[in-house]
Amino acid sequence: MAKQIIDDAVMENVEILAKLALTEEEREKAKEKMQEMLDYVDKLNELDTEGIEPLAHTFSVGNVFREDVVTNNDDRDAMLANAPGCKEGQYQVPKTVQ
Amino acid sequence: MAKQYETVIGLEVHVELATATKIFCGCSTKFGGAPNTHTCPVCTGMPGSLPVLNKQVVEYALALGLAANCQVNRTCKFDRKNYFYPDNPQNYQISQLYLPICYDGFLEIETAAGSKKIRIHEMHMEEDAGKLIHDEWEDCSLVDYNRSGVPLVEIVSEPDMRNAEEVIAYLEKLRMICQYLGVSDCKLQEGSMRADVNLSVREVGSEKFGTRTEMKNLNSFKAIARAIEGERERQIELLEEGKEVLQETRRWDDNKEYSYAMRSKEDAKDYRYFPDPDLPPVFISQEWIDRIEEQQPEMQEEKAARYEKEYGLSAYDASLITQSKHMADLFEETAKESKNPKKAANWFIGETFRLLKERGMDAEELQFTPKHLADLIAAVEKGEVNNQNAKKVFEKIFDEDVEPCAYIEANGLKTVEDTGMLETVVDKVLAENPKTVEEYHSGKTKVLGFLVGQVMKQMKGKANPASVNKMLLEKL
Repeated sequence: MAKQIIDDAVMENVEILAKLALTEEEREKAKEKMQEMLDYVDKLNELDTEGIEPLAHTFSVGNVFREDVVTNNDDRDAMLANAPGCKEGQYQVPKTVQ
Repeated sequence: MAKQYETVIGLEVHVELATATKIFCGCSTKFGGAPNTHTCPVCTGMPGSLPVLNKQVVEYALALGLAANCQVNRTCKFDRKNYFYPDNPQNYQISQLYLPICYDGFLEIETAAGSKKIRIHEMHMEEDAGKLIHDEWEDCSLVDYNRSGVPLVEIVSEPDMRNAEEVIAYLEKLRMICQYLGVSDCKLQEGSMRADVNLSVREVGSEKFGTRTEMKNLNSFKAIARAIEGERERQIELLEEGKEVLQETRRWDDNKEYSYAMRSKEDAKDYRYFPDPDLPPVFISQEWIDRIEEQQPEMQEEKAARYEKEYGLSAYDASLITQSKHMADLFEETAKESKNPKKAANWFIGETFRLLKERGMDAEELQFTPKHLADLIAAVEKGEVNNQNAKKVFEKIFDEDVEPCAYIEANGLKTVEDTGMLETVVDKVLAENPKTVEEYHSGKTKVLGFLVGQVMKQMKGKANPASVNKMLLEKL
């Protein structure tokens, strides 16, 4: 796979997807850090992975289920205690356009 | 000559599964609870919380997939679909992209032009998002995560539909299967069934698909039909003007009967899917599939065939009654209670359908007690109430589930079997209509109906028409 370069176009897309508004300075720094991370991972491309199944889980377990039984009670107050803002039992967030 | 266009439609349908708990945690899925009372660290995406798959979700998805003639992926996995929006607390939705549970199925629909196969591309399990309400007062948004983590199956069709009629037939078929299996109640208004419509147009005869748009926010069959018509016209107009159709997501506003494009930023379709490391794969054995197959309940076609055989209904009547599993259940219970399946069927085919239509109701909303209809049937058979009054009583059963015998009694609808009173009235009617009596004797026996009517009128509709008939013949 061709090496991924983090340029301004990629940064713009990442900012849209992550809903971030970076300053010029932050953008340059993030660009550099992200490039470093990709370069680090790029090392893996040196390996021959022909015919090897992608590995998503390191443990060879499957079929971990729960039964369909209600186990949780109303714990709203505790849940909302972690919220930056709440109103009438709901999480208050900046206006989202819909 | 003007160009002829063909509409090409594919659907993505979400159905909410009828499980007691959410897909990855033990929170209740009950609809309508106070905001955030059915939430926990898992379904609000708290760091460090771990999802554990609800086995019933897999069973329901398998049941639906098998009923829709799908293949099963013996190894299926969950993937993360990444996007930022406050209704999605983890900033990713757990869904299936690479190895969905079912694929390559089909549903057969009935259209004016005969039956048609609509292919199903795939079905996958995923979690629902929370609900956002805009707070006008403070100009912010409020989030309720009760729905977050409610299990969904998304059914993706191939672009095999060509008009609104086929789309609705497909949705009705899917809804019927879900209701028969008990996997979902599929209420469009409550959002337990949602359809996104992918639509493009092309010139008739063209092999290539046109550019498609995706329409969201369709919450009734009527809205779907209107949106399809509106979007078809919009695309044709663009093409006729030599403009291009843009691939975009549009939101249908059913009040304005108009769709508008959602902003491209909201619509950035870069979900960066990757396998969810928190959820181990699901292995589905042949034994498991066999067990689900064995447990599949009687479906509509089998039920209708049984009604023909067991209860002697016509194929048409059996098919009508079984279109809704709920109605079929009510019918069957009534048939058993009354031991008179034919009469029971008539009440469903006739009055029940008439009232449903008149009230603008869905068969799923029927809520009378079968015993009450059975009692009414018995009362009619015994001649305690005549047909005309029985219809009035049934309307009360339909609307308020009244107990028919008590209602007949309390409202004086009971057929009068008082022969003395009947005789007085018959004598009176004969005396008042000497001309008619003469006509009868001169051979115009048809006038008997008129005389019966007169007696019934004077008896305020409470006489048994058979008794009236009999007595009139005796007196004449």
